[in-house]
Amino acid sequence: MVNLVEIRDLKVEATTDSGRRVDIINGVSFDIAEGEIVALIGESGSGKTTIALTLMGHARPGCRISGGSVSVAGKDMLTLSEKQRARVRGTEFAYVPQSAAAAFNPAATIMDQVIEVTRIHGIMSPDEARARAVDLFRALSLPEPETIGSRYPHQVSGGQLQRLSAAMALIGDPKLVIFDEPTTALDVTTQIEVLRAFKSVMKKGGIAGVYVSHDLAVVAQIADRIVVLKGGEAKEIGTTEEILNGAKHPYTRELLAAFEPKPRGAADAAESGPAPLLEIENLIAGYGQAQADGLPLVRAVEHVSLKVEKGRNLGIIGESGCGKSTLARTIAGILPAAVGKIVFDGKELGRSARERSRDELREMQIVFQYADTALNPAKSVEDILARPLTFYHGMNAKARNARVDELLDMVRLPHNLRHRRPGELSGGQKQRVNFARALAADPKLILCDEITSALDTVVAAAIIDLLKELQRELGLSYIFISHDLSVVEAICDEIVVMYGGKKVEEITPAKVKTPEHPYSQLLFSSVPRLDPTWLDGLEQDPELVRAYCRR
Amino acid sequence: MTMTHSETKSDRISGTRLGYRFNIIGMVGLSVILFWALIAILAPLIVPYPVGEIVDLDYFGPMSRDFWLGSDYLGRDMLSRILMGARYTVGLSLAAVTIACFSGVMLGMIAAVAGGWLDTVLSRFLDALNSIPSKLFGLVVVAAVGSSIPVLILTLSVIYIPGAYRFARALAVNINAMDFITVARIRGESTLYLIRSEILPNIVGPVLADLGIRFVFIVLLLSGLSFLGLGVQPPYADWGALVRENIGGLPFGAPAVMAPSFAIASLTISVNLLIDNLPKKIRDRSE
Repeated sequence: MVNLVEIRDLKVEATTDSGRRVDIINGVSFDIAEGEIVALIGESGSGKTTIALTLMGHARPGCRISGGSVSVAGKDMLTLSEKQRARVRGTEFAYVPQSAAAAFNPAATIMDQVIEVTRIHGIMSPDEARARAVDLFRALSLPEPETIGSRYPHQVSGGQLQRLSAAMALIGDPKLVIFDEPTTALDVTTQIEVLRAFKSVMKKGGIAGVYVSHDLAVVAQIADRIVVLKGGEAKEIGTTEEILNGAKHPYTRELLAAFEPKPRGAADAAESGPAPLLEIENLIAGYGQAQADGLPLVRAVEHVSLKVEKGRNLGIIGESGCGKSTLARTIAGILPAAVGKIVFDGKELGRSARERSRDELREMQIVFQYADTALNPAKSVEDILARPLTFYHGMNAKARNARVDELLDMVRLPHNLRHRRPGELSGGQKQRVNFARALAADPKLILCDEITSALDTVVAAAIIDLLKELQRELGLSYIFISHDLSVVEAICDEIVVMYGGKKVEEITPAKVKTPEHPYSQLLFSSVPRLDPTWLDGLEQDPELVRAYCRR
Repeated sequence: MTMTHSETKSDRISGTRLGYRFNIIGMVGLSVILFWALIAILAPLIVPYPVGEIVDLDYFGPMSRDFWLGSDYLGRDMLSRILMGARYTVGLSLAAVTIACFSGVMLGMIAAVAGGWLDTVLSRFLDALNSIPSKLFGLVVVAAVGSSIPVLILTLSVIYIPGAYRFARALAVNINAMDFITVARIRGESTLYLIRSEILPNIVGPVLADLGIRFVFIVLLLSGLSFLGLGVQPPYADWGALVRENIGGLPFGAPAVMAPSFAIASLTISVNLLIDNLPKKIRDRSE
């Protein structure tokens, strides 16, 4: 049997700004048979996208394919000329990028962009292409397949756009489609629909696929075989069954282990205090001009009340746009509440950060999702951590120095990292520095706004463990905001489910299996499981889906 | 680790030993600028003849052993006049560009961080100032209060403040939207700290590049004003004035009109070359 794709001993190297050469892919070999979907899985920087791009004979700027061979449908992609490659791109194989929103031209209609491939390659007449596109829209279960093509990209939702970009890839009738993290940016409830659509189209057409992802549970639903990558090397290759049930390589096991929800140890005696640490009553906050009734034009948080006990953790979970981040910003005083009371440690806080005293600010710290933008790229780690020490505690240079070392120890970073800038750290390291800065203030409460969602599973699990450990040592409380149920389950004592700016349910992790509110049921059942049959076996009430999903 | 280290050294390109990469074009630019700066400082010591004295019997004299760059329309030594002119052109422009960029960048960052009415008032006021044609503004000011070196410096800087302000504000607004500024704000930091420690380090690169471009503009505007007779007053002359007073030599191909033009060109071009090729610090992440 001839394989559609044969990659042999692939090597890709990059040149750094000092002219040094670094191998980013180091001798990777695997095959893809006709109609087979192979997943490339690994952490960021493991080379999964780089390998996917070499299938098209492409290397990103600064990179060079330095050895090995990539043969797709009998052609060696590396020896073809650029012109010959252009001829097969889009017809023999196609690419679905991670962010469909960025991949579409906002100034042209969707239909024009979907059929562009047929025009470039002259495969079929525009009318035929349009008819075929509509068929594809239907196959991908897009709403109103007849007319959706005449819309502009901003007029459809993220999940629809992602499916449309798959239609764009499929229209040239390729033998191989490369999916580059196509569902990573989507909400879990949307992700299901997109995955289902991809799966059915690929199976029906007998199209081979390469599915790049860092999420093992998603990959388990769609892939026939899995290639586990780390540091530019294939650590393990096997069928989905083999990888999930009989992983041999330690890294694969680590990946799998990161998926097991680690139940949080029973809350210790810290709950004795009579007064809660933070109490929020009837909070309303939003954006835009204040209306006649004193409320903002767009209300992102409506009538939310919640309570955090000392030494305990509260999880806030919901989809993008449900107001969970706005709630955190309101509590921190970044966005002043329009109505409502925030009582922290027995005192009522000012609504905006400016009205709060320095100590009040110090005791409540917020850690943002993206460590990339939350750390000043022009400052060293040392300077970043030292500033709160000077500002809140007035430490002199010597005390500061010692404390920076302590903080780095706390977040398990080596001391020699202190002279580096954020740009020279990995994602997980940056998030640790981000967290250490909050710790430097000696807070009582830390608001964690999606701090693990930009990280890979293994790294995120390590950060969660770190948070738990620090809580034991320092007696902190966390408000943990996330869209990822397993993360919240692992660390929180109470979980608040938000939808459309409102709190819809408050439950404990023990009862997560049996939520009462229909939205919570939908949300919790949409989280992918490490079971290849999960997606096919999943049944959701279509009424519910229609009511709560903006697909 | 040691392996990679030795490999690193052998692979490095020239000029990277200090951890900075500075290419040859940038170095050429820098050396021309340094040359002119040196001339500006040392001019009184090295001029072969007094600046105002008529030393050649001929006017628009050719290059000769006595007069390396010929003589001007009165028979004064051109080399001496260019060497002294460097003081005005380089010195005046440097002073003006420093004032313009410092005040513009400060105001721009304050406007970005403070926002609200302060931002609006500052922006509209400087927009209004920006709408006055620069040569006309210079003409009016010089005609009203007369030409002196402080007046020239101030006029030139006022003309270029709005541009520097706009540039710095645009950069600072972007930085201001980043999470680390929010973190600093809810830490309770003052506006001054935000500007100095959080924003400035992140915009200093483009601001320096902008300073270089503005320096060139100022040299050219000063030359223009002098060409119109409103710049540095006789017997001293900056390079622009030298071109103007010797313009009559153009039909004869006199070196007196060519030399100062080349001087202006060499300075402005090398400033541009330098700012386009500023040394870059090498921060090799993968090491």
